[in-house]
Amino acid sequence: MQVKSTHRNTPLFEIHKALGARLMEFAGFQMPVEYEGIIKEALAVRTGCGLFDVSHMGQIQLTGPGALEFLQLVTTNDVACLRDGLCQYTLVCNDHGGIVDDVILYRLSSERFLLCVNAVNREKVLAWLADRAPSSVMVEDVSGGYALIALQGRRAQDVLAPIGTPKPSSIKRFRFSCGRVAGRGAIISRTGYTGEDGFEFYVDPSDAEAVWDALMEEGRRYHIRPCGLGARDVLRIEAGLPLYGNELTEETSPIEAGLSRFVKMDKEFTGKETIEKQLKEGISRTLVGFEMEKKVIPRKDYPIERDGHTIGRVTSGTWSAVRERAIGMGYIDRAFATPGAPVEVEIRGRLHRASIRRLPFYRPSQKTT
Amino acid sequence: MDFPRDLKYTKEHEWVREEDDNTVVVGITDYAQDSLGDVVYVELPQEGGSVTKNEPFGVVESVKAVSDLYSPVTGTVVEVNDAIIDSPEAINEDPYGDAWMIKVELASPEELGDLLTAEEYQNYIEEEK
Repeated sequence: MQVKSTHRNTPLFEIHKALGARLMEFAGFQMPVEYEGIIKEALAVRTGCGLFDVSHMGQIQLTGPGALEFLQLVTTNDVACLRDGLCQYTLVCNDHGGIVDDVILYRLSSERFLLCVNAVNREKVLAWLADRAPSSVMVEDVSGGYALIALQGRRAQDVLAPIGTPKPSSIKRFRFSCGRVAGRGAIISRTGYTGEDGFEFYVDPSDAEAVWDALMEEGRRYHIRPCGLGARDVLRIEAGLPLYGNELTEETSPIEAGLSRFVKMDKEFTGKETIEKQLKEGISRTLVGFEMEKKVIPRKDYPIERDGHTIGRVTSGTWSAVRERAIGMGYIDRAFATPGAPVEVEIRGRLHRASIRRLPFYRPSQKTT
Repeated sequence: MDFPRDLKYTKEHEWVREEDDNTVVVGITDYAQDSLGDVVYVELPQEGGSVTKNEPFGVVESVKAVSDLYSPVTGTVVEVNDAIIDSPEAINEDPYGDAWMIKVELASPEELGDLLTAEEYQNYIEEEK
């Protein structure tokens, strides 16, 4: 086993500054929170398209004979069903079934895989894998070798078509292709974190500006907007997608988080014992969505109450641009988790009415390929 | 960014407009609304309630964050701008006009002497940056 580590800042930083982005530090990176307003940006993705710099995300490459078998053991989804050019959402769990990270796993070849990990977990996951990998498998932090740009929205395919090869319509959801965007080499992945159709491009950092500019130019006719982490958070909450550190932690299991479809019980993996027990005996708390009656935003850690008792806590909350409602997610006692059930959220010492909603809050109306 | 000369300001980013009848109108500054981003919720006191200088009188919430509103003066709330409770986006669009927040009858008019002029407030923001 060998470990190499590389690290650098987002190569699109100068573009963000030139666009007048409001910046904040996130996981060691200066990231754009918003350019012209979170709501405008979130709506651009729902109605047309938006472009995100997500170069802060980490990439870990696993190479060598036994990489597949090793990944099968340390992740919950079925790696064996991946073929070259396919990727999957999966979880890395600890011994008691808690979530170490949620990741996208790409199969580049039978002996070469790429994991896209959360920025805040990059070093932790790297160490976790390196400590457990057999000597035949090289675990490498290749984050410095990639800028990651996400083009999201129902118009994403139209924007990419004139400047992307292979034809974007040939790349189906959760597939990827090593192709070109604006003449630059890219891993083009039909994935995203917004609940809309979209593509993510892993490009050489020195090509990032050129690819960004070309996509902005092609997107003009669809009213493309640069989008910051603020809009990204709104969109992922609307889509009911969990965020590591909020919905997902080392103390929450995939079952509690409603992610059981990404956990394959017909194989062996780290954390399986606890998860098996949870499936057999049931869980006491579960992740739910809820909608506020008023415009007040439920924020992380606010208590969720029912009949004067605390039944859970908020993990994420925001203003839904598309539903024009304050929405949130949180873990609550399973007995109260029925859609439509009334709950209250304690906000600054006062109780505000809300009701349980089925996730996601938003589904795109027009299904693409 | 806009800082009308005829208004007074606080370091908590509220503005104050003196009226003729021992009352003042209070709102938040252009700088405040810009820092907050899209405002989606506002909480204001009831008419007839009292406010105290430097004490919170309400809450303004954007997609990003929630902030207390601090009263620049002590007195009684004689009017509340209910329209912005339904349309909080007005705070982003017209912070010195449509999005005024409360009108206060002054208990201690001498408190107005403690407020900043437009120029002083602008300098204060520059230092803060």
